[in-house]
Amino acid sequence: MFKVIKKLTSFVAMVAVLFAFTTEAMAKKSKTLKNTQKKGFVRCGVSQGLPGFSNADASGNWTGVDVDVCRAVAAAVLGDANKVKFTPLSAKERFTALTSGEIDILSRNTTWTLSRDADIGLTFVGVNFYDGQGFMVRKNSGITSVNQFKNGISACTNIGTTTELNMRDFFNSRGISYEPVAFEKADEVVAAYDAGRCDTYTTDKSGLAAQRTKMKNPDEHMVLPETISKEPLGPVVRQGDAVWEDIVRWSLNTMIEAEEYGITSSNADSMKTSDNPAIKRLVGAEGELGAAFGLDNDWSLRIIKQVGNYGESYKRNIADPGILPDRGPNQLWTKGGILYVPPAR
Amino acid sequence: MNNKIKKILPQIITVLFVLGIFGFFTFNAQINMDNRGIDFGFGFLTQESSFDVQFSLIEYSGSHSYARAYLVGLLNTLLVSFISIIFCTILGVIFGVARLSSNYLIRNSAAWYVEFFRNIPLLLQIFFWYYAALRALPVPEKAGPWFGVTYMTIKGYYIPSFIWTNLDIFLYSILAVVVSIIIISTYAKKLQENEGKQIPVFFIALGLIFVLPALTFFIGGVSLDFGIPVLKQLSKTSYVFEGGIGLPPELIALVLALSLYTSTFVAECVRAGIQGIGKGQKEAAASVGLTPNQILKLVVMPQALRIIIPPTTNQYLNLTKNSSLAAAIAYPDLVLVFAGTALMQTGKAIEIVSITMLTYLSISLAIAAIMNWYNKKIEIKEK
Repeated sequence: MFKVIKKLTSFVAMVAVLFAFTTEAMAKKSKTLKNTQKKGFVRCGVSQGLPGFSNADASGNWTGVDVDVCRAVAAAVLGDANKVKFTPLSAKERFTALTSGEIDILSRNTTWTLSRDADIGLTFVGVNFYDGQGFMVRKNSGITSVNQFKNGISACTNIGTTTELNMRDFFNSRGISYEPVAFEKADEVVAAYDAGRCDTYTTDKSGLAAQRTKMKNPDEHMVLPETISKEPLGPVVRQGDAVWEDIVRWSLNTMIEAEEYGITSSNADSMKTSDNPAIKRLVGAEGELGAAFGLDNDWSLRIIKQVGNYGESYKRNIADPGILPDRGPNQLWTKGGILYVPPAR
Repeated sequence: MNNKIKKILPQIITVLFVLGIFGFFTFNAQINMDNRGIDFGFGFLTQESSFDVQFSLIEYSGSHSYARAYLVGLLNTLLVSFISIIFCTILGVIFGVARLSSNYLIRNSAAWYVEFFRNIPLLLQIFFWYYAALRALPVPEKAGPWFGVTYMTIKGYYIPSFIWTNLDIFLYSILAVVVSIIIISTYAKKLQENEGKQIPVFFIALGLIFVLPALTFFIGGVSLDFGIPVLKQLSKTSYVFEGGIGLPPELIALVLALSLYTSTFVAECVRAGIQGIGKGQKEAAASVGLTPNQILKLVVMPQALRIIIPPTTNQYLNLTKNSSLAAAIAYPDLVLVFAGTALMQTGKAIEIVSITMLTYLSISLAIAAIMNWYNKKIEIKEK
């Protein structure tokens, strides 16, 4: 009997989401690249507006470090970093959009966790921002540490994120009763917290720093020093297309390695005559690295020239607007950070 | 024979066509899910949910299962729909009748009310009530008491909680009141039909409602204490009320928006129902000496209800489905808790979306069934 019900429900259920799948019906494994080149643009899922990571200006131009990952892929596979179609997604929608084939890269400040990687048809390709969850409070509350939180505190956050789970672990382990107020969109969380609905606002620290700039009076708020979780954020692709996965992974790695070797968007061409073979490989003057993905040899040069290296992207999007001027762990391993990527060779 | 085939063949083809489409989509989804390594199943329902919910009618925490989280969301959806349906019906009847008032001011303000609230998109109204209320309401430490012991603050409306002793005796007395009112009104109806005598049922019922429960306090050993909300300091500048019951502002805003919006449609149904009754009916009733109130109660309403009920049922269904907009303002309804957080944490999109759809379908069918039963009950019975 249960089997019949299960079958019946599965039948009804399939119908519910089939439209999402039909677009990808014909796509077999390793076809994402082909489709992208045929369409002429990279389909990229981003946030609905998080300054520094993915944010659209008044004329609809997207900027941010997450956006730059998609631009890098577009530069590599299509030759033009601007050939990207951005789809703003809520935290709740993002994975369904990716698995159903509406987008090909999800670059949306998404935390890499075991269950997401293994369970739901996704593959994380790397980390483009090392983050951790924190709390924001009003300065005049006198709270300077999470140790001062008391029973009955209300915390605003987003639904559908690791934040909700970390928050529970945090408050539970300390035996503090709290009121979670979870909204679907980040803008609504900010509006509610700003209006005084909640005593604290919790999400990834980079997110707190970015959202603070959107508040009525940013100087009235501060981010508490404690970090309650590890949040490695990075781009995600659909499971089952190994070539595409590699392209996205190495587009990101190229940006980081370019910074390591001091290759920037302005000096990339002149680096072709460098003495260092590692640099020459990165700018396409030596080796046949692109062939492994079915790309030409200038793919990495185009990334560096059109998008810049990781340091340039960070400075342009996060440091210069004053969101997080200090790179913290997102500094190269050679400079005291933990950014370390496998060599491109 | 030929004729029979002609009749049946198109129907068979249609059925096969529909089945074919369904089959194709199911097959397609299965293949795509296999390709992406997503498996299908409902096992997750028994797993620990590990997220908390702001507001719940039953005991719930993150250590409960996803199935329990589903129940929490479902009950919250039912709660907000139930309250809003009651409010929108009361408001709808008042404004529907008011639109037909002979008083110019009443008639026109009712018309303005209806036109205003039904022509603004619901989501906008929800945002308006929520953010406008949040901005206008005081922080807890500055909230003056309403009615002595309740506090309306930005963090919610705090009312005293009831602490009962011998609650069961009190409930039995309520039951006794209901039963005796039914008996008395049946008896009164009979008395009027057989002997033409009237007894003041309304006042007797009113008396019973007060006297019986009150007696339980004096001789039944029932007593009631109140848990008064008390202000508690969280930090230098933030406070919260403890004790008592806190109704979250999200619930209040949602109920306000849903009932105001839907009440305009109900009002139009009521107006249509009343106007659908021939003028002659009212004139005839007046000519036998009934007062205007009696005319409305005994002649117009019983007939108007037959016109009012079916379209009003639609409005109740709409209201219930519209309550899913709750997700926008963080009210933890079925969509936010189950099709939101739970879907995200488990990644079981197909399973959860289908459960949610089936749930809304069942709620709607249940409401429709109740209203149809009521409609049957009041329709003209051919004798």
